[in-house]
Amino acid sequence: MYVYDELDRGLVNERVEEFRDQVSRRISGELTEEQFRPLRLMNGLYLQLHAYMLRVAVPYGVLSSTQMRKLARIARVYDRGYGHFTTRQNIQFNWPKLEETPDILAELAEVEMHAIQTSGNCIRNTTADQFAGAAADELEDPRIWCEIIRQWSTFHPEFTFLPRKFKIAVTGAVSDRAAIKVHDIGIVLVQGADGEVGFEIWAGGGLGRTPMIAKKIRDFLPAADLLSYLEAMLRVYNRFGRRDNKYKARIKILVHEIGADAYRDAVEAEWADIRDGALALPEQEISRIREAFTPPAFEVLDTASTAFEARKFEDRGFARWVASNVRRHKVAGYAIANISLKPAGGIPGDATAEQMDAVADYADRWSFGELRVAHEQNLVLPHVRQDDLYDLWLALGSVELDAPNIGTLGDIIACPGMDYCSLATARSIPIAQQISERFADLERLHDIGSVSLNISGCINACGHHHVGNIGILGVDKKGEEFYQVTLGGQADENASIGKIIGPGFASDAIVDAIETIIETYLSVRQDDESFIGTLNRLGQTPFKEALYGTA
Amino acid sequence: MALEIITANRLGDGLVIFLTADGWSARIDEAAVSESKDATAALLARAEADAGLVVGPYEITVEQQPDGSLHPVKYREALRTRGPSVRTDLGYQAA
Repeated sequence: MYVYDELDRGLVNERVEEFRDQVSRRISGELTEEQFRPLRLMNGLYLQLHAYMLRVAVPYGVLSSTQMRKLARIARVYDRGYGHFTTRQNIQFNWPKLEETPDILAELAEVEMHAIQTSGNCIRNTTADQFAGAAADELEDPRIWCEIIRQWSTFHPEFTFLPRKFKIAVTGAVSDRAAIKVHDIGIVLVQGADGEVGFEIWAGGGLGRTPMIAKKIRDFLPAADLLSYLEAMLRVYNRFGRRDNKYKARIKILVHEIGADAYRDAVEAEWADIRDGALALPEQEISRIREAFTPPAFEVLDTASTAFEARKFEDRGFARWVASNVRRHKVAGYAIANISLKPAGGIPGDATAEQMDAVADYADRWSFGELRVAHEQNLVLPHVRQDDLYDLWLALGSVELDAPNIGTLGDIIACPGMDYCSLATARSIPIAQQISERFADLERLHDIGSVSLNISGCINACGHHHVGNIGILGVDKKGEEFYQVTLGGQADENASIGKIIGPGFASDAIVDAIETIIETYLSVRQDDESFIGTLNRLGQTPFKEALYGTA
Repeated sequence: MALEIITANRLGDGLVIFLTADGWSARIDEAAVSESKDATAALLARAEADAGLVVGPYEITVEQQPDGSLHPVKYREALRTRGPSVRTDLGYQAA
């Protein structure tokens, strides 16, 4: 992992003390709320429905066991014993006190964490493939480039007041697990003609009230040019992005309005001026960052472990968990273990302080002290020996973290919705809970197979409903919670926006509607066709007929 | 006119509070009730004068039950008086 240097540490510590002073001036009455609000938001402190909410950045979804233990401590000492992992790989605490927030931030700084740029119209925490550094299908570890972007974007003076917030995602793998095509900028590590690693650049993706899939801006960008090119992209957006209308201020609107070609031309023109300037990345600096992500000391193991295969044979529950939660690792004998934060009937993304401490211990014992947060609101132990998976699974069971449902209908993405969020128009979590309860039977869940179901409690789409195979959007209809259903969304390399299937459903009818959709799929699928495969083959008609009749 | 009360979040801990006859309370039933536009405006002015103690005061519509208790008309506001519907061990409902 990257370790802060003096510069990083100084910046973060100074910010903590600055905020401590601002908080005390707000409490003494020296600052009005109007003056204070933008200052607290710059430090990730929102005011939500019931209390303040602190959003802590998890840089590109990477956590050490030490950091996870600190998050557990903050949950226990300053909050109500739990935290909520978000769709941007961050964590939110729902009950911090304003007076104690500077102490929380000081404790976070001790473990090289902060809440800077987790709010506001700036470049937010860069997100990445949660299997970075471990995935079998990875060209190169994207964290190197995420860290370079983090250093460039932190307190970037020119991009502190952009037209709107700005999100960058990076993947180094063939399978896109970072949803890069629904980000303001999406970056894919690719190989150039001479075999060197560079970047494919996408821009203008996003969800919210105007969902759009990103356009490809460049087939290949040499590695050394990453920051100068990003700077040019941001500059063009900063100059031409709309500031007159909040709802048209994201880069997706700019790219859509002027077209990808015109945007690209403007970027290339800007880039020509700055390409060989101060932002050109020296090989020495790339190497310095690369060294921070040197792989851990993997043992030399056989690809297949007989002990592991025997355990799967003996214990059906273990075999099921392996089938759904374990993924291929790039190193022989190792595996990637996904920890589902979606027990049937549970709150997606929530983890108790005890669970956080437990997974920190498991990370130390079985994964070189490394953890990841997935944008699907799950946790990952990236480097587990196949031989250790059984013990890990047993341990996870002891803290109720062994749900075998990654990538299934039980693995629901849901925003906090009206249960916590002041922007929400309907609740999300209870719908997620009812659906995961309805499909709690594991035989049935695994028979249904791979399907993503995402729920947002308002048009801002924090629950990524547009890119769920099944999407649910909660709205307010004359004071009642109402749920619109979209089908056909995808967040991966085949990214697409789901289409509304028809009139929405009341809160007491939405779960039945989802079951009808699933039953329809089961009745018309061919062989082992996935939900999205069936939908793409047959279109919406059979689902529409099942839901609304043929009239 | 429908009955109105003033709510806000407390500055120090962010918790939900209601304007009473002589201050602020975490209990909605203690809220000062307005029955007219003018009375609501007067209550709001009083609330805003407490900007050093509270954040974002605004008026909400409530219904009064025969036992005198006050119930917000909007579900969002009802949630604020109780806490998350999915964690009944948290918020005022837990007390």
